Amino acid sequence: MRLIEIAHARAGDKGNIVTLSVIAYRRADFGLIAQQVTAERVAEHFGEILDGPVLRYEVPQLSALNFVLRRKREYSVTRSLMLDAHGKCLSSALLAMELDEWSDAAR
Amino acid sequence: MKSVRIGCGAGYSGDRIDAAVELAKKGSLQYLVFECLAERTIALAQKVRLADPNAGFDPLLEERMEAVLPICAANRTRIITNMGAANPLAAAMRTREIARRLGLRGLRIAAITGDDVLAAMRAGQVAIESLDGEMPDPGAWVSANAYLGVGPLVEALEGGADIVITGRVADPALFLAAMIHEFWWRLDDWDALGQGTVIGHLLECAGQLTGGYFADPGYKDVPGLAHLGFPIAEVSEDGSALFGKVEGSGGVLNRATCTEQLLYEIQDPAAYFTPDVVADFSQVTMEEAGPDRVRVRGGRGRVRPETLKVSVGYRDGFIGEGQISYAGPNALRRAELARDVLAQRLGGTGISELRFDFIGVNSIHGSQLSGPAPEPYEVRLRAVGRASSQRAASSISREVEALYTNGPAGGGGCTGSTREVIAIHSVLIPREAVTCHVHYEEC
Repeated sequence: MRLIEIAHARAGDKGNIVTLSVIAYRRADFGLIAQQVTAERVAEHFGEILDGPVLRYEVPQLSALNFVLRRKREYSVTRSLMLDAHGKCLSSALLAMELDEWSDAAR
Repeated sequence: MKSVRIGCGAGYSGDRIDAAVELAKKGSLQYLVFECLAERTIALAQKVRLADPNAGFDPLLEERMEAVLPICAANRTRIITNMGAANPLAAAMRTREIARRLGLRGLRIAAITGDDVLAAMRAGQVAIESLDGEMPDPGAWVSANAYLGVGPLVEALEGGADIVITGRVADPALFLAAMIHEFWWRLDDWDALGQGTVIGHLLECAGQLTGGYFADPGYKDVPGLAHLGFPIAEVSEDGSALFGKVEGSGGVLNRATCTEQLLYEIQDPAAYFTPDVVADFSQVTMEEAGPDRVRVRGGRGRVRPETLKVSVGYRDGFIGEGQISYAGPNALRRAELARDVLAQRLGGTGISELRFDFIGVNSIHGSQLSGPAPEPYEVRLRAVGRASSQRAASSISREVEALYTNGPAGGGGCTGSTREVIAIHSVLIPREAVTCHVHYEEC
């Protein structure tokens, strides 16, 4: 199952920082998302463009996670040579992440 | 309990004016806010001001004011905006001219200055703490603007201003100032200011709260996206807010749109730094109160920082770009050949970084996320690079165009551009280093 089936996301940017929210459509799925969409997995997912670890914040009453990614200097908004210099398309890239079905640990 | 209705009519400089007019007409607003300054906008405006001392404000100010001023004057809706950009005084004078031309009388227009700290920083009068490592060379600086807080905006509203025009202020402050003025919140009531900052943050991108930057067909459907309506907050004296959008407009406003916007561009939700308060969004709750209606509560705050953030805009070289398409059998291999030819021809021309994308194959997320693609019917090669001189940067578009007669078979649809890069470096300065003034124009 891909993350897009149970969550939505929005990307934001400030300089070489990209922020990504991940929000469960249904509260019942938040546990699964919180268990599997870890800072480490997100770092691995975007490895090619990152500089340093990913930070994760939880806002459980809104069924939301918030990730803070630091891009390599050549990918920062004003220096980037990429078509999407801001990284606005990264939210959809995150939603392509494959998840396992419920595991006992998340129940 | 006393309440106030605040709408947001622009989330960036080029935003839709028709939606702002609809909001002004149908929103029953006491305040209409236009947030028009992205991180780099003011640096670009400063370059314009250097060429013409009467310019440097928002390029759409005239069109926007002409469209909304008669409605706002008739409805007694006050306008707050950062459309002053690099020249709030000139923006206020131009607004006065527009009001007169439209036959409006008795309007008080306030211009707020003090955010421009370039001269003081250049003169070495300010203690600077860099947030982004080594400072760029002062000779390359084109602008330095501090993010102001609510102080001068509240002063202007208390001074009777119908229209308040600023340069750089923290975006939520444009909204928070109205709440402080209406409800007499104390400037050290951190929880009230924190909740007011939540409200301002939710409104500040306009259509991003009401279904813009949201639709994903089959997953998140948005009705009537083409005529997306702008948001309104009805704020109560205790800080709770009922969000809605213009009656009959397109779009959607629900927990999902509000949650996406609450976290938009936020790092630690428990510590959102502004000049007025360190806001805590981590306990915010949202309750759907009907179709397109969401009640938001629970923002908190802590004591404001002792420093103000300053964005320093500086000249950072040039970027040149060219594109050309190949189609039909073997399109990708011809595009790859064109890339190799360009890499050879552009070697040794003063280009410091060069990047190639195959549009339709790997141009957005590189190889890791794009994965292997079957051979596409058409491929657009994009060559882009950085150089310290305009001349070197422009060699990229020239060489891409030369592929017509000097490259692989069947190249078509060339485009090219060269632009100067204005980059942003963030620093902190002591709050005391900034002095604000409120100027008034009457018509």
